[in-house]
Amino acid sequence: MDAGIDLPLVWAVIILFGIMMYVVMDGFDLGIGILFPFLPDRGDRDVMMNSVAPVWDGNETWLVLGGAGLLAAFPVAYAAVLTALYLPLVLMLVGLVFRGVAFEFRFKASDRRRHLWDKAFIGGSLVATFFQGVTLGAYIGGIEMRDGAFAGGPFDWLSPFSLFTGCGLVAAYALLGGTWLIMKTDGELQRRMRGLSRAAAWAVFGAIAVISVWTPLTHPQISERWFSLPNLFWFAPVPVLVVAVLAGLLRAARTESHSGPFLLALALVFLGYTGLGISLWPSIVPPGLSIWQAAAPPQSMGFTLVGALLIIPVILAYTAWSYYVFRGKVRHGEGYH
Amino acid sequence: MFGLTALELARIQFGFTISFHIVFPAITIGLASYLAVLEGLWLRTGNPLYRDLYHFWLKIFAVNFGMGVVSGLVMAYQFGTNWSYFSSFAGGITGPLLTYEVLTAFFLEAGFLGVMLFGWNRVGPGLHFFSTLMVALGTLISATWILASNSWMQTPQGHEIIDGRVVPVDWLAVIFNPSFPYRLAHMVVAAYLSTALFVGASGAWHLLKGRDTPAVRKMLSMAMWMLLLVTPVQIAIGDMHGLNTLEHQPAKIAAVEGHWERPEPGAGVPLILFGIPDMAREETRHAVEIPRLGSLILTHSLDGEIPALKDFPPEDRPNSTIVFWTFRVMVGLGFLMLFLGAWSAWLRWRGRLYASRPFLRLAACMGPSGLVAVLAGWYTTEIGRQPWVVYGLMRTGDAVSPHGPLQMGFTLVLFIVVYCIVFGAGTAYMLRQVAQGPGPHAGPPGGPGQAHQPMRPLSAAPDDPGAGPAAPSHARS
Repeated sequence: MDAGIDLPLVWAVIILFGIMMYVVMDGFDLGIGILFPFLPDRGDRDVMMNSVAPVWDGNETWLVLGGAGLLAAFPVAYAAVLTALYLPLVLMLVGLVFRGVAFEFRFKASDRRRHLWDKAFIGGSLVATFFQGVTLGAYIGGIEMRDGAFAGGPFDWLSPFSLFTGCGLVAAYALLGGTWLIMKTDGELQRRMRGLSRAAAWAVFGAIAVISVWTPLTHPQISERWFSLPNLFWFAPVPVLVVAVLAGLLRAARTESHSGPFLLALALVFLGYTGLGISLWPSIVPPGLSIWQAAAPPQSMGFTLVGALLIIPVILAYTAWSYYVFRGKVRHGEGYH
Repeated sequence: MFGLTALELARIQFGFTISFHIVFPAITIGLASYLAVLEGLWLRTGNPLYRDLYHFWLKIFAVNFGMGVVSGLVMAYQFGTNWSYFSSFAGGITGPLLTYEVLTAFFLEAGFLGVMLFGWNRVGPGLHFFSTLMVALGTLISATWILASNSWMQTPQGHEIIDGRVVPVDWLAVIFNPSFPYRLAHMVVAAYLSTALFVGASGAWHLLKGRDTPAVRKMLSMAMWMLLLVTPVQIAIGDMHGLNTLEHQPAKIAAVEGHWERPEPGAGVPLILFGIPDMAREETRHAVEIPRLGSLILTHSLDGEIPALKDFPPEDRPNSTIVFWTFRVMVGLGFLMLFLGAWSAWLRWRGRLYASRPFLRLAACMGPSGLVAVLAGWYTTEIGRQPWVVYGLMRTGDAVSPHGPLQMGFTLVLFIVVYCIVFGAGTAYMLRQVAQGPGPHAGPPGGPGQAHQPMRPLSAAPDDPGAGPAAPSHARS
C-alpha cells in the first residue's frame, strides 16, 4: 500500500473538496428557502423552487459522501467531531429531512395545505443552515480531546462565536441563493433579488470581517499562522481578494449582469473557505489532532481510494452535464414538474 | 428519561431510525428487479400490459427511492453521533465498506436512474432496458456492501487489532466473512418476497374493489407465482443461516430457542413453540414444547445438542424474552406466506384465483407482512448478538458515545416526531398512488432537456394522484 503516496493528505483533499462541493451547491438551494419569507407570492415561489428542483438532491448527496468518507479515512475525527457536535448536527439533519420532503410535497399538495409545506421548507432551510454554521463555529472553536476521544460536555458547542457563525452562514447561503436567482430569473423577481443580494453581500462581508478579527484574537496559533513572516505575504492576497470580490459583487448586482453576481458570490464563499483552511490546516480535530494522527490504517484508505478515484470523476461529469441541460432562465408557469 | 439509560436510549434511537430506513431499501431492491422483469417481458412479448404495469410501478418505485435517500442521510451520521467509540475502533473496516455503498448508490443515481425514470421516449428500448437492469444491479450491489459490513460485525475476520483499533489485513476475508453469504441471500430474498406481497396485495385490493382488469390480474398472478416458488427457497436459506449462526454465535441461537439448560445425554433438545423466557429466573415459563424437534432442526439429528444459555455468563447473554418472540413472528409470517402461495396455486388450478374473496382478503391483509418479517428478523439478529457490537471484540456498552440521557431522550423524541410526519406523509402519498391502479401508459413523461422535465425520483410521480392515468374503475361496466 505504501507507494510513497501520502494517503491522509490525499483523503483530506478529497474530503475538503467534497465539503466545498456541498457548501456551494446545497448553499444556494438552502438560500432559496431562507429568501422565501421575502416573497409571499405563490408564482414567485414556484419559480424559485423550480430553479433548483432538478439538482438539489444531488447536491445533498455530497453531504452523505462527506460523512462516509470521513468515517473511512479519519475514523477518530469522525467519532470525536460528531460526538462533540451531536445536538447541532442532529438539528441540522432534521432540518434537511424536513426541507427535502417539503420540497417535493409542496408541489403535490392541495392549495389549502401548500402553505404548511412552505413553512416547513422555510423552517427546514433555516434550521439546517443555522446549525451548519453553529457546527462550523464550534469546530473552529476547538474540540476537547483526551485519549483519542471527545472529552467535553454536551453544550461545548454553544458559544457566542458559534451562534455568530450560524447567523453568518445564513447570510452566506442567502447570498448564494439570491445571486443564483439573479442568474435564473428575470423581470420583477430578478430586481427584488438584486436588492436582497446586495444586503446579503454586506452581511456576509461583515461576518467575514468579524470572524477574521475574532479568531486570531481568541486562538493564538491561528494568529501566528496568519501574521508571522513569511506567511503574511503568502496569505495577504486572501483578505485583499475578499474586498475586491465584494466590490465587484455589489457593482455586478446593481448592473445588468446576470451570472456575474453568482460567480462572484461563489468566489467569496471559496475565499472564506480558503481562509478557514489556512487557519486550521493540518488539524482535522482542532486544535490539536492532525490529519496524520487521525488517519485510518493505510489498508483502509488505499482500498477506498480506488473506488473514490474511479467514481467521483464520473459523478462530476454527470453533475456538470445536468447543470448544462438545465441552464437558462426559469419563468412563471413553466416548471420541471 | 423514562428511567432509561443513555445506552438504552442510543440503542432505541438507532433501532428507530434504521427500522424506518430499511423498509424503503427493501422495497427498492424488490421493485427494481420486478421492473427489470416487466420491461424484459414487454420487450420480448410486445404485450402492452407489461408496459403499463412497468409505468405504474415505476412511479411507486420513484417515491420509495426518494424516501430511502432522505432516511439514509441520517444513517450516515448515526454511527458517529451515537456510536463514536465503535466508529474509532472499527471505522477502518466499516468506513470503507459504507463509503463504497455511498459511491455505488451515488453512481447509480447519477447515471442510470435518470434514464430509467425519465428516458422512456428519449433513448432506445435497448438502452432503457439496460438502464433498468443497471439500477436493479446497483441496488443489489448496495445491499452487498451494507450486509458485508453488518456481517463482519457479527462474524469478524480478516483483521488485526493494533493499538486498540481494528486494522484490515485481508479485505477478501473481511468481505466474505462466514455469515455474509447467508445473510445477503436471506435479506435479498426477503426484499423480493416483501415486494411480491406488496404487489400481490395491491392486485388483490383492486380485485376486491371490483377493478378486474388484465393488468391487475397479471400483477396478482406474478406476485403469487413469486410467493409460491420463492418462499420455500427462503425457508431453506433461513435454515442454513440458522445453522451458520449456531456455529458462530451459539448464544444467539440459545436465546432464540429460549433454551436454558443442556438436556441429559441422548434426550435431545425440544422445540419450544410458546413460552416466556425470563432472564432473571433463568427459565422459560409456560413452555409448550415438542420433544427432540429442536435437535432435529438445528443439528438435523434426533439427539443432537446445542449450547444452552446457562453455558454463558449472565453478562454475555442476549435478551431471550425479545428474540424468542421476534424470531417466532418472522417464522410464523414465513409459514403464512407459504400457505398463501400454496392456496394461490390451488385456486389457480381450480380457476378461481381472481374470484375467491377469502383468498383475496388474506392476500390484501398480507401486504405489509414481508416488511414486518424483515424487521422482526433484523431485531432477532441484532438483539441476539448483544452484548456485542463487534462480536467478541467490542461490547455495545463500550461503543456508545458519552451523551447524557436527557440529550439522547430529546433527540429521540425529535426523530420520532419528524419521522412520523415526514414518512407518514410520504407513505400516504405512495399508497394513494397504488390506489390509482395501473392504467394505459399515456404520452411522453418528459425528461432532461424537455420542457416538462422532472429529474428527481419523487417528481416522476404525478403532482396530483387524482390527475394521473385514469383508474380503470369502470372497466367492468
